[in-house]
Amino acid sequence: MGEVIVVTSGKGGVGKTTTSANLGTGLAVAGHKVVLVDTDIGLRNLDVVMGLENRIVYDIVDVTSGNCRLRQALIKDKRFENLFLLPAAQTKDKNAVTPEQMRELAAELKQEFDYAIIDCPAGIEQGFKNAIAGADRAVVVTTPEMSAVRDADRIIGLLEAAELSNPKLIINRIRPQMVKRGDMMDMADILDILAIELLGVVPEDESIIISTNKGEPAVMDHNAKAGEAYRRITRRIRGEQVALMNLDVPEGLMDKLRKLVGLR
Amino acid sequence: MSLLEFVNRMLGKESTSSKNIAKERLRLVLVHDRASISPQMLNKLKEDLIKVISNYMDIDEDSMEVNLSQDDREVALVANIPVMKMKRDYSAKG
Repeated sequence: MGEVIVVTSGKGGVGKTTTSANLGTGLAVAGHKVVLVDTDIGLRNLDVVMGLENRIVYDIVDVTSGNCRLRQALIKDKRFENLFLLPAAQTKDKNAVTPEQMRELAAELKQEFDYAIIDCPAGIEQGFKNAIAGADRAVVVTTPEMSAVRDADRIIGLLEAAELSNPKLIINRIRPQMVKRGDMMDMADILDILAIELLGVVPEDESIIISTNKGEPAVMDHNAKAGEAYRRITRRIRGEQVALMNLDVPEGLMDKLRKLVGLR
Repeated sequence: MSLLEFVNRMLGKESTSSKNIAKERLRLVLVHDRASISPQMLNKLKEDLIKVISNYMDIDEDSMEVNLSQDDREVALVANIPVMKMKRDYSAKG
């Protein structure tokens, strides 16, 4: 029996889809049978991030409304034997699926796969309710910005109200230089405010844009910092104890000067 | 950035750094978010409290404080209401 993990955030643009793609790919690389489910109906993007946009025939609404069988709608990723995508519909809206249908779909996916990663749409309306309906556990993605952290807090409350307790946090797009200057909240600040367990930190990394350009998740790129962060997160999802990534920046000229005058 | 701020930064002091401002603002906004109560509602609550309490005692409305305070994921309503004068309790004399 597999597990359904929903990736959510409240605020848009913090990296839900990127995180979903990388977790799914990472778990598949580790040998698990994985399905990625895009529930952002009307604004699908997981297909593009995965580089599978040209192979869509059926979508999630076709499955839930009985237009096709689940097997027909699943797109097999050619790079990995055991990785599949269930794309969102692009021409329907979020009310085309009900939470009850999502629960049924999740139950069906659990029979077939080790992990189903659900990419949740932004917001707290119908799309969010659908996405979390069949989930066993939740991952909340935030960035170190006030608006994202505030929305994450709201989402944590809603998840707990929906009895998806103990969601885990991913802090995305940390900029170590800004943290060091004191101009960006760090891991400890955010954990202090949200009071939930940390699943991982991902540094801001240009290679994410490059990997999205190519349709190859960064977790496959062994030179990318963000890729390394996602590989660690993947291992934690599988239950391993893995140290956090070292995000320290090398000592600059000002640090050396301060040390010299004995200020630090 | 003011000169003082600039000097503080050069000295590596974090007190003026923007992350502390963000953290403090977030802390406050989340107290209200979590209690799902708006500042307007808190004000109305304060007015209602004054109305009820005034039936029993004279209170110092200006220095009265009603706030939501936060502890981990718990929120408490904390009121500090200075009493200036008690009203006579006629009913007790019957």
